[in-house]
Amino acid sequence: MVTYADLPMPEDGKLADNITHFARALRAAGLPVGPGRVVDAIRAVEAAGFSEKRDFYAVLEACFVSRPEHRVVFGQVFRLYWRDPQFLEHMMSLLSPMVRGVNQSPEAQAAERRAAEALLEGADARRPEEPEDQPGEEVEFDATLTFSADERLKQMDFEQMSAAELAEAKRAIALLDLPVRPIASRRTEPAMRGRIPDWRGTMRSAMRSGGEIERLAYRARRQRWPNLVALCDISGSMSSYSRMLLHFLHAAANAKGAGWSQVHTFTFGTRLTNITRHMRARDVDAALRAAGREAEDWEGGTRIGACLHSFNRDWSRRVMGSGAVVLLITDGLDRDDPAALGREAERLRLSARKLVWINPLLRWDGFQPRAQGVRALLPQVDAFRAGHSIRSLEELSVALTRADDRGDRERLLALL
Amino acid sequence: MSALPQSIDETQAMLTGVDYVCSRSLAVVVFLSLKLGRPLFLEGEAGVGKTEIAKALAAGLGRRLIRLQCYEGLDAGSAVYEWNFAAQMVAIRTAEASVDKRELRSELFSDEFLIRRPLLEAMQPQTGGAPVLLIDELDRTDEPFEAFLLEALSDFQVTIPELGTVRAAEPPIVILTSNRTREVHDALKRRCLYHWVDYPNFEREMAIISARAPEAQETLSREVVAFVQKLRTEDLFKKPGVAETIDWAKCLVALDVIELSPQVIADTLGAILKYQDDIQKIEGSEAKRLLEEARAELAPV
Repeated sequence: MVTYADLPMPEDGKLADNITHFARALRAAGLPVGPGRVVDAIRAVEAAGFSEKRDFYAVLEACFVSRPEHRVVFGQVFRLYWRDPQFLEHMMSLLSPMVRGVNQSPEAQAAERRAAEALLEGADARRPEEPEDQPGEEVEFDATLTFSADERLKQMDFEQMSAAELAEAKRAIALLDLPVRPIASRRTEPAMRGRIPDWRGTMRSAMRSGGEIERLAYRARRQRWPNLVALCDISGSMSSYSRMLLHFLHAAANAKGAGWSQVHTFTFGTRLTNITRHMRARDVDAALRAAGREAEDWEGGTRIGACLHSFNRDWSRRVMGSGAVVLLITDGLDRDDPAALGREAERLRLSARKLVWINPLLRWDGFQPRAQGVRALLPQVDAFRAGHSIRSLEELSVALTRADDRGDRERLLALL
Repeated sequence: MSALPQSIDETQAMLTGVDYVCSRSLAVVVFLSLKLGRPLFLEGEAGVGKTEIAKALAAGLGRRLIRLQCYEGLDAGSAVYEWNFAAQMVAIRTAEASVDKRELRSELFSDEFLIRRPLLEAMQPQTGGAPVLLIDELDRTDEPFEAFLLEALSDFQVTIPELGTVRAAEPPIVILTSNRTREVHDALKRRCLYHWVDYPNFEREMAIISARAPEAQETLSREVVAFVQKLRTEDLFKKPGVAETIDWAKCLVALDVIELSPQVIADTLGAILKYQDDIQKIEGSEAKRLLEEARAELAPV
């Protein structure tokens, strides 16, 4: 299939050149176009022997596009390019210094962000929009006297950490994993203690002894790991927590052999952004930086209902196909219609294996489900847990292995 | 068996000949896939006619259609081949004393005891020429199977340890479909020609209805198609596909409906909308509004 011979092309070879340039333009526009595809495209154009522009369009589209979201970009580049091929070359020459300029600075940006973080953290620790109840804070302070330094850090609220403590916490979080119970898959594998007779294996071993069946071989159901889908609120009231939780999710997404077969991460504030791809970057700072570029609504307002709606409509069937555990990370402070929020949350719960709500506000001892968003969400989740300190994240990772874990859900439901 | 079409126009004519109304761009990729011998990867919402393309292609070319329906946990045993172990056991017992061991071995793992599953079947020579292999709803399988397909689709050969490698003399015409419930790996897509099957526009959907549900009156079909097209612009959990339009038209004919009314729509909404949330949303005044809008668009014609 993938054997490339010489391409018989028209004498002047202009078309091949043009397609190659066109591919470069697509690449500049962000489409993943490799050289193999260019050869394919030239071959396809040659085979189709186009006479109409729209056929030509369809041929190139079939070769260069492999995702629906790329079709719009392809269309735009196509229209621009084939209107005037020279135009693109001008564009490219104009564009390339700019592209280089952008690429040169990211290190500086990272340093800037980190420096700003180090300077601002603690001094500008923002309070949640609606602190439900204040006195819990003092109880945590008392505890500091009796715990070792390590233990103290674990108990500490992310919001109250200094830059050094945050850095320490990030290191601790990177070591956490998020174990989960495996699911029995339909696939089987050879197993000594299996219960499914393996006729193929039995027959093969029988052939070794000349057709005599000495023992039955068995197979057992293979186990597979569920997917994890995390929906993380990045609005203003959540900012100091969402950053740490994204560190946590990054650790979970990149831990080898920790269980989850795939970790999909979304952020939401006023709109939903899929940052899964960025979270695969090895370096956590690079990952969060890339995610931050994509999600334009950092530290803005919150529209939980609308964001859950767009998740349910556009993504849920794609990322939750094989039974995913969903982590919904938000403080539930939402001023939109609570009925709509409840409906969307119900739809989310119905399509998830398990819906766990992580709410940093739960750290307050006297937390009560008074906000309307909280009241709408609470009945729809399977478990409700805090996520404001390393300790609470540790508890979360233990809780996920238990099938019947509810966290504080029942206690709070009684207060509704 | 008819010969492969020699141009895009011929391809389109061939598909129309078997009642598959296709867009020009689809005809282009189908023609390319036939000409270049490349698998065709079709994506699109459920019910836009992806599976039908394979069926139409098989009918139009007079080839056999071999369908591999994917599901989670699909493994090589059920996709490629399996040995008929029960028959092998019997053969061993009956042959026990008489035949010498080496001969038994060559007999046991011979064609006679081989159960061919779709992928292997598609690589066998067929009387009518290479078959159309439909790998349906690829997004339902898991990644290991996708990786396995990579090899099978690039070389069109499978290896059976006891028999050796089976190579397709003439590669099958492969159509893969996906509903996009999961993202399929780029490596597989790269080996295929890609086409996104969209909802048809008004004229094409009318043509599809008249081809697939000819019993429906022209006026009714126009209303049905206009209504469904309007419905697709709404914010729904699952938009109705072409298959649903055809179903609905047939339902209405069966109920002797001559023209749409809010009451009729409310009674038969289950034929086009498959989620309770969506039905609740459209029922009642919403249906009336959509119908009025659809009528308004039809009026000047």
